[in-house]
Amino acid sequence: MKLVTGIVKPFKLDDVKTALELHGVEGLTVTEVQGYGRQRGHTEVYRGAEYQVDFVPKVKIEVLVSDERSTAVLEALVEAARTGQIGDGKVWITDIEDLARVRTGERGPDAI
Amino acid sequence: MDTGDTAWILTSAALVLLMTPGLALFYGGMVRVKSVLNMMMMSFGALAMISVLWVLYGYSVSFGNDIGAGLLGDPTEFLGLAGLMEDTTSEAGGLPTMAFVGFQAGFAIITTALISGAIAERAKFGAWMVFVGIWVTIVYFPVAHWVFDFTLTDDDGVVTHVGGWIANNLGAIDLAGGTAVHINAGAAGLALALVLGKRTGFGGEAMRPHNLPLVMIGAGLLWFGWFGFNAGSAVAANNTAAVAWVNTFVATGAACLGWLLVEKLRDGHSTSLGGASGVVAGLVAITPACSAVSPVGAIGLGAVSGALCALAVGLKYRFGYDDSLDVVGVHLVGGLVGTIGVGFLATAAAPAGIDGLLYGGGADQLWRQVVGAFAVLVVSFVATYLIGFLIEKTMGFRINQDDELAGIDNVVHAETGYDFSALGGGGSHVPESALPARPPRPAGPSLFAESTPHRSPEGTSA
Repeated sequence: MKLVTGIVKPFKLDDVKTALELHGVEGLTVTEVQGYGRQRGHTEVYRGAEYQVDFVPKVKIEVLVSDERSTAVLEALVEAARTGQIGDGKVWITDIEDLARVRTGERGPDAI
Repeated sequence: MDTGDTAWILTSAALVLLMTPGLALFYGGMVRVKSVLNMMMMSFGALAMISVLWVLYGYSVSFGNDIGAGLLGDPTEFLGLAGLMEDTTSEAGGLPTMAFVGFQAGFAIITTALISGAIAERAKFGAWMVFVGIWVTIVYFPVAHWVFDFTLTDDDGVVTHVGGWIANNLGAIDLAGGTAVHINAGAAGLALALVLGKRTGFGGEAMRPHNLPLVMIGAGLLWFGWFGFNAGSAVAANNTAAVAWVNTFVATGAACLGWLLVEKLRDGHSTSLGGASGVVAGLVAITPACSAVSPVGAIGLGAVSGALCALAVGLKYRFGYDDSLDVVGVHLVGGLVGTIGVGFLATAAAPAGIDGLLYGGGADQLWRQVVGAFAVLVVSFVATYLIGFLIEKTMGFRINQDDELAGIDNVVHAETGYDFSALGGGGSHVPESALPARPPRPAGPSLFAESTPHRSPEGTSA
């Protein structure tokens, strides 16, 4: 079992969701997050005083998948989230040791 | 009784009163999220305190018969407003005095509340309330007497009431309070900002407004209420009120344009905070002048005020004082522009009937305006500095640094402004009976301590 985590531009969330659905992904978790990468933040001006705002709003998408589908899901996520502009984000895969579905108590890949 | 006048002044009184909750929104949106409630409470607290003091003796100090040199009204003449309930309008006509009492109350309140912007996010609430009571008594009530209390004569030319020195002896034109309200609050704000010192992290960390839509709503309410403030200051439903209304209307638009233009040229962006601030800068500048200038003159006055105030709000960074919400940059500067601007832009065609320098009237009115403006500026600055200094040395005016960093809302008021999270912060209600005995409070004057962050006692979490 794998966890595919992607940090992407908020306005790409719909494209990503559609692409993942096409790959048979049946559930995902989305979190609003802030941070910066190489593009850093932006400046804001209040009554003439300039402020550097470092953290940029992003969304974090987390998807649990089986081992064999993880690479395809990662690639679909990358493809759907790409604009080609700086600040497009990152996607990574981590191993999942164990998993349980709360309602039924199923364990392992069956719980995905 | 003149029912038209009475209806208009009672309406204006409510409009003026609405300005202070409007100011609470205007200021509240400009502070950080951890200080919004305290910021708004400084306005509401001033409203509450001055409502009572105004009735007890404030009106009498401001509008009682002069007791010497035009400096002070007789505090005992209308003490508790006891003598003012009888209807005198059946013989004398005009307006019940109580309508005027109600109308002028809002001026005392908004003037004092304006000062709070200079000491945002760091003043003890108890100390602020004490300051409000002392300041409005020692500074505002007398200054309102100087500026707003006119000497009255009866039909035979016999003086029936003696007013204040700026309105009568000096003859400065200030219809609605460029001096008594805006220069007064601006100079007081500067003094208090110096007494309290800068916020921790001022000039370094980002202290950006947390809710600009709140600021825009507040500016809108101030704008709306200001028509009562200025046009109501004609104290009648007449031509002067109508001219004041239109001048107030157009100067505000011009000032907003002026501020936005300066921002566009200087920073590259016209901002919403700039738009809201430009509105207020225009309203401030036209306040003393609204019965004395032409509508075109009002456009000029507004545009100059909007542009100058947009530049003036940067001064605090250059000189290193933390006038947090720009009471100096907007109200002191805008008040000076408007009050002194009358000396240049007044026209005899307007209801006030006097020509300024640019309309061939020479410098006669100009010097009167300058003397009035700087008299109030100096008196307010010195008196406020002394009051603030005494409060700081006795009960302490500032919260301590840990509390300031933690956030004044939670420490001082035991509340937080927003709960947008579904988690609601976790925890549960703790019935009073389930609480263990509170630990003893730290030594010191407990009423004003305000230094213990509000936390649930240990062992009561859900």
